[in-house]
Amino acid sequence: MATHVKTTINNEAVEFLCEPHESLSSVLRERLHLTGTKEGCTTGDCGACSVMLDDRLVCSCLVLGVETEGMSIDTVEGVAKADKLHPIQEKLLEHAALQCGICTPGIVVSAKALLEKKADPTEEEVRFWLAGNLCRCTGYDKIIRAVLDAASVLREEA
Amino acid sequence: MDSLQYFAPTTLQEAVQLLETNSGCRIMAGGTDLIVQMHIGTASPPAIVDIKKIPELNKLQLSDSDLLLGPAVSGASITEQADIAAIYPGLVEAIDLIGSTQVQGRCSVGGNLCNASPAADTVPSLIVNNAVCEIHGASGVREVAAESFNLGPGKNCLSEGEILSLIRLPKPVPGSADAYLRFIPRTEMDIAVVGAAVSVTIGGDGVCSAARVAIGAVAPTALLVPEAAKALVGTDLNDQALENAGAAASQAASPISDKRGTAEYRIKVVGVLTRRAAAIAKQRALQN
Ligand code: FES
Ligand code: FES
Repeated sequence: MATHVKTTINNEAVEFLCEPHESLSSVLRERLHLTGTKEGCTTGDCGACSVMLDDRLVCSCLVLGVETEGMSIDTVEGVAKADKLHPIQEKLLEHAALQCGICTPGIVVSAKALLEKKADPTEEEVRFWLAGNLCRCTGYDKIIRAVLDAASVLREEA
Repeated sequence: MDSLQYFAPTTLQEAVQLLETNSGCRIMAGGTDLIVQMHIGTASPPAIVDIKKIPELNKLQLSDSDLLLGPAVSGASITEQADIAAIYPGLVEAIDLIGSTQVQGRCSVGGNLCNASPAADTVPSLIVNNAVCEIHGASGVREVAAESFNLGPGKNCLSEGEILSLIRLPKPVPGSADAYLRFIPRTEMDIAVVGAAVSVTIGGDGVCSAARVAIGAVAPTALLVPEAAKALVGTDLNDQALENAGAAASQAASPISDKRGTAEYRIKVVGVLTRRAAAIAKQRALQN
């Protein structure tokens, strides 16, 4: 039976109907057309579906849509402000840290969560934090460099 | 699957009632095992009881006498608390090894225990910390020691209608510490080939007065190894004592061979990890 769920997505009140078995990633993509969130595996292994749920980084494929009643969800669509990209997004472009781009929204959300927690992470800390974000194209080095670079930009801005 | 029912009770009593009236339903904490099983088709429960909205099951409370750990508490909310890591470093290490950052945002120690995987990272650490599991059911409350909670791969001691309501870890006495090590072929995002947890208590005279050793992924359930603890107690935890504890752990192991490693290999590695985990626990205990 379809359930009526009330949430806040990217700071806006959003209501939707979904079946109990539907994952949050599928609700975001199929019902709300927020297709920035990607689905690579739907088993929690790739991180392409990363979102913030009540300020906690999670795989949205491992969350049921019905569970999010009353919760706040932040997706990659909320990261850029108007036409200004977030420094993480800018640095990913600058370092050519994406090819097919399927992993990129998950990397953006995940890296942002890290930098909000830790403004000056070591390379090792970035690698461990992003271990659950798989990229089949870039070989990771460029992604790591982009995140470290974005961290220093954010520190200067702060 | 379309007929799946979802319940989000807000009290333990309500949860127990739902479990009683919905035969075959599954309890969900973080969902990082259950939702995967549903996606790949190895589980298709008629109903899910989500326990995350029950305040009592989200308890995380460190006091002078113990740590009260609600079964719905996410791994990330434990690992980010420095005061818990200072007292139970091995347990927190084990939680930090589960899945990815994203998975840790949802997965729970209670779920890791109830899922009853022989390779579950937190279970050996719960065992060496003398964790007691409180179980609620229609007929009341009972307590089970962590080492007796699981009965075999995928099988725990909960009867239909019962729910794990709390994990209680007594506070270690001064001079105590724990450690957990696991072996995997890469550094992250994998399942233990072998795991070993050790806790020791060292007196003012430098002699080990108490120890517990538990090993994972080398038997149908995580295993408490009293013989390995015996090899440590009464010694100053010298190299020979650690070696003996490792040998006892290897002796107790009865692993299977699978794609992650052969039985022979696991038996050898569990001895090495036990010895190393004991050495780390010793160093930590000397500072406590
Ligand atoms: S789609 Fe969620 S982790 Fe891969
Ligand atoms: S850019 Fe293709 S998966 Fe990362």
